[in-house]
Amino acid sequence: MDPKISRRSFLKGTLAAAGVAGMSALPLPKSARAAGGQELATLIDIRKCIGCEACVEACKDVNAPKFPEPEKPYPKMYPSRVKVEDWSDKRYTSDRLTPYNWVFIQNATVKMKGEERTLHVPRRCMHCQNPPCADLCPWGAAFKLKNGITRINSDVCLGGSKCKDVCPWHIPQRQTGVGLYLDLLPAFAGNGVMYKCDRCYNRIEEGELPACIEICPQNVQQIGPREEILQKAHQIAKEINGYIYGEKENGGTNTIYVSPVPFQELNRAIEKGPGKPHLKPVENTMEHADNLAKAMVIAPFAGIAAAVGKIYKTIKDTGNSEAGHDENR
Amino acid sequence: MMKTADTQVIAQPGRKIIFRLYTLTWIVLAFTGFGQMPIFKRYYISDIPGMAWSADFFATHYIHYLGAVLLLGLIAFAAVDYLVLDRRRYRLSGAGLVRIALLAGIVVTGVFRVLKNLPDIVFSPGATMFIDIAHLGFMMLYLLAVLCFAFTRSGWLVPRSGGL
Ligand code: SF4
Ligand code: SF4
Ligand code: SF4
Repeated sequence: MDPKISRRSFLKGTLAAAGVAGMSALPLPKSARAAGGQELATLIDIRKCIGCEACVEACKDVNAPKFPEPEKPYPKMYPSRVKVEDWSDKRYTSDRLTPYNWVFIQNATVKMKGEERTLHVPRRCMHCQNPPCADLCPWGAAFKLKNGITRINSDVCLGGSKCKDVCPWHIPQRQTGVGLYLDLLPAFAGNGVMYKCDRCYNRIEEGELPACIEICPQNVQQIGPREEILQKAHQIAKEINGYIYGEKENGGTNTIYVSPVPFQELNRAIEKGPGKPHLKPVENTMEHADNLAKAMVIAPFAGIAAAVGKIYKTIKDTGNSEAGHDENR
Repeated sequence: MMKTADTQVIAQPGRKIIFRLYTLTWIVLAFTGFGQMPIFKRYYISDIPGMAWSADFFATHYIHYLGAVLLLGLIAFAAVDYLVLDRRRYRLSGAGLVRIALLAGIVVTGVFRVLKNLPDIVFSPGATMFIDIAHLGFMMLYLLAVLCFAFTRSGWLVPRSGGL
């Protein structure tokens, strides 16, 4: 037993375990299952969260079979600047994102109506609508599903960490000593596998709710077709004079936060750093490339036009020179 | 002889520029293509003064797209140019056909890769990986072929011999 487990976290764990045991019966709402082609989004109502961390524990419990079990000792990496990232001995860390902790609670003490209040913000992958992690993965290990979930295939990921670098929130986290790179070029290519929230894709396939949503005693989260979720978010925002995050960020995500205070303020108040994402505005990271993609449609026509111009000129020149010299060989 | 054919064709006005542009495009595409893998930082390339941008995945991705725009334009130009102006005097060599087949592979997989990156288009995980690896594979084969052809001095074109 970890001696550092406090009474509070023990209580949290027990609460979570009790929740997990009775969990499997709760179904995904009908509207979500009938979503057809629509992407599913989640709504996180920050007002409601009490920071009990039951969601954090539930996530760990149901996703434990997906967690890395690295083999030690780790292969020596070349060059030596490539650092081993090992969370396997710190798998109970719950105050940041790790390969063993896909959701955590950020706390923000802010002034509301002249009174100090602490708000709690569950943080995990945003499941972007046009996710740079999946678009730019050179290997096809990160990908997006039709239902709006972004996943990383741990059987294929080489742990190059590019998805983390290009993610505006640096969400995916690396565990060394697992995955395909061990069979390829352990010293030279890759460094493990990247892990993050996969929005319980397997539970959703079975018509069940993501574990963190199901266990929450405060019903902080809802899931449904994105349009519907956005409508609800706007409705709440209107009622409370609140703010929305995730609708436009990075061109739109499938995680919509509603807050009674501006996100700038929350962003100022939360602890940020490795594994602790910010709440800043985020531009659409893939927009420039998407625009250039349109130029690719025009490029061949431009090439053809240029060739036709040249051919026309050649024929004209030949014609002129033929007219000049009576004979042409 | 094959080399002579290419040299003759390239010697035509304007062709030299096109050929150089094509070579330059490939250098850019190959470099930024490799840059899609997280290796430039790991292997100190981005530490070289003036090369810091090579570790910026959005920069290399954007430049790779720009290269693709250029390549598509050049291919269309060269195809029409050949079909109209040179086809009667020159035919594609075996090496030219191999190049075209590999180029087609690169372009087709590249087009699918770009499509997949658009916001509203989702491919299955299997298809995504197939496209990624095929794109890389065709590229490696093309590089290998070009190296071999440089060694055997096999150009794109050979003069049509006999008759006509
Ligand atoms: S938040 Fe980051 S990891 Fe999650 S889908 Fe968006 S880019 Fe990918
Ligand atoms: S959706 Fe599933 S994987 Fe994601 S944070 Fe919630 S419990 Fe964890
Ligand atoms: S989201 Fe729910 S389960 Fe998670 S900390 Fe907040 S109140 Fe607790």
